Amino acid sequence: MYYLEINHLRKSFGDLHVLNDISLTLEQGKVLAIIGPSGSGKSTLLRCATYLEQMDGGDLAYLGKKAVTMDEKGNSIYAKPAQLKEIQKNFGLVFQNFNLFPHFSVIKNVTNPLIKVQKKSKEEAYAIARGLLKKMGLEDKEDYYPYQLSGGQQQRVSIARALALNPKVLFFDEPTSALDPELTGEILKVIRELAAEHMTMVIVTHEMSFAKNVADHIIFMDQGVVADQGTPEELFASENPRMREFLGKFA
Amino acid sequence: MKLEMMISQMTAGMVKTIGIFAWTLIFSLPFGLLIAFGRMSKNKILSTIVKVYISIMRGTPLMLQLMVVFYGPYYLLGLNIGGSWRFIAIIIGFTLNYGAYFAEIFRSGIESMPVGQYEASKLLGYSSRQTFFLVILPQVIKRILPAVTNEIITLVKDTSLAFALAYMEMFTIAKQIAAANTTFLPFIIAAAFYYIFNLLVAMVMEMIEKKLSYYH
Repeated sequence: MYYLEINHLRKSFGDLHVLNDISLTLEQGKVLAIIGPSGSGKSTLLRCATYLEQMDGGDLAYLGKKAVTMDEKGNSIYAKPAQLKEIQKNFGLVFQNFNLFPHFSVIKNVTNPLIKVQKKSKEEAYAIARGLLKKMGLEDKEDYYPYQLSGGQQQRVSIARALALNPKVLFFDEPTSALDPELTGEILKVIRELAAEHMTMVIVTHEMSFAKNVADHIIFMDQGVVADQGTPEELFASENPRMREFLGKFA
Repeated sequence: MKLEMMISQMTAGMVKTIGIFAWTLIFSLPFGLLIAFGRMSKNKILSTIVKVYISIMRGTPLMLQLMVVFYGPYYLLGLNIGGSWRFIAIIIGFTLNYGAYFAEIFRSGIESMPVGQYEASKLLGYSSRQTFFLVILPQVIKRILPAVTNEIITLVKDTSLAFALAYMEMFTIAKQIAAANTTFLPFIIAAAFYYIFNLLVAMVMEMIEKKLSYYH
């Protein structure tokens, strides 16, 4: 059973075909990196997988449970809201811009969904949150507000917030793009640690060496299609001209 | 007439003025939020109706609106008006008018919220009700506080419009005393009352703003 399975995903914004026939699978404990130039559709793919954008065609399943199915023409049919909500518990998302709640303290950002959504007791929520903040190296920051933290610290809080809900699959949407280069490293280190603990992850990233380093499988997207894919070794040795051209820009 | 006598007569009116102010605030703020939802509704018919409503409330004098609410039941339905209806009509009129203004303030605040706050809430599993009350509204309140303060200060002064319905609020009494005793003094007292009232309003609102300044 795949932790994440997408088949024949199609998505347009008006006349603009952003995604065309994208299929991918992800097994438990694996890390998938999605790379590609700006406008290649990689963020839209991730937003479709996390319900933030509506798919036009194709299906979507987490742990074998179908959130979206296809009719005979391949158009997407969404499951009922209650079922979508149930399946949603399987995944979490770390945003490029963190999207922390500015009026909540660090610890409240992490505990509030636990208490309000998962209906955990206050004690349990705080225990979970403190454990995760410690893991993120933020144990002395729990009473701070997001604006008092650096971008890297804010991103670590948002990772803690996503992990607190105990997702089976964790998505990262360019988690370091909003950060200074010197803060990028601390986020990549956290993700690498999660990979070592066999967290199942999908990472949209610009960090080529990081993708090569952390991912089990890399998808190279270009103009809304999967232009090339494989293990890091395969992909970085690929003969695909577009892949070569893209890599050339980073060499 | 002695000054003490004047003040004591006007004090009764001040209580009524404060009454109009307080009841209007209590009703028009939640009403305004409701109107704001209607204005932002995806239902085109509803949002258009609300848009017209706001336009009328902002485009016609409050004094006239008060008269329509007060005399409407008599002229339109032939009902007897009088007794407590005068006060109720004033509160309804003020609430309808101020609700429209507050609605636009709420709307500006809600629409200024970054979409990322909604997306994060959705991903964390909050219901749309939870998203609004836990995440969006607290931040909106902070953002719209200066505009709301303006509106509340205007309300303090607008309570004097109740004189149009011969309601014995403070300013109506002040005018009567001034006319009966050919003295300017009640107006000075009235001015001092409104000024101090608004000074207090401004102070309280500043306190609330300070309390909410714990985050950016």
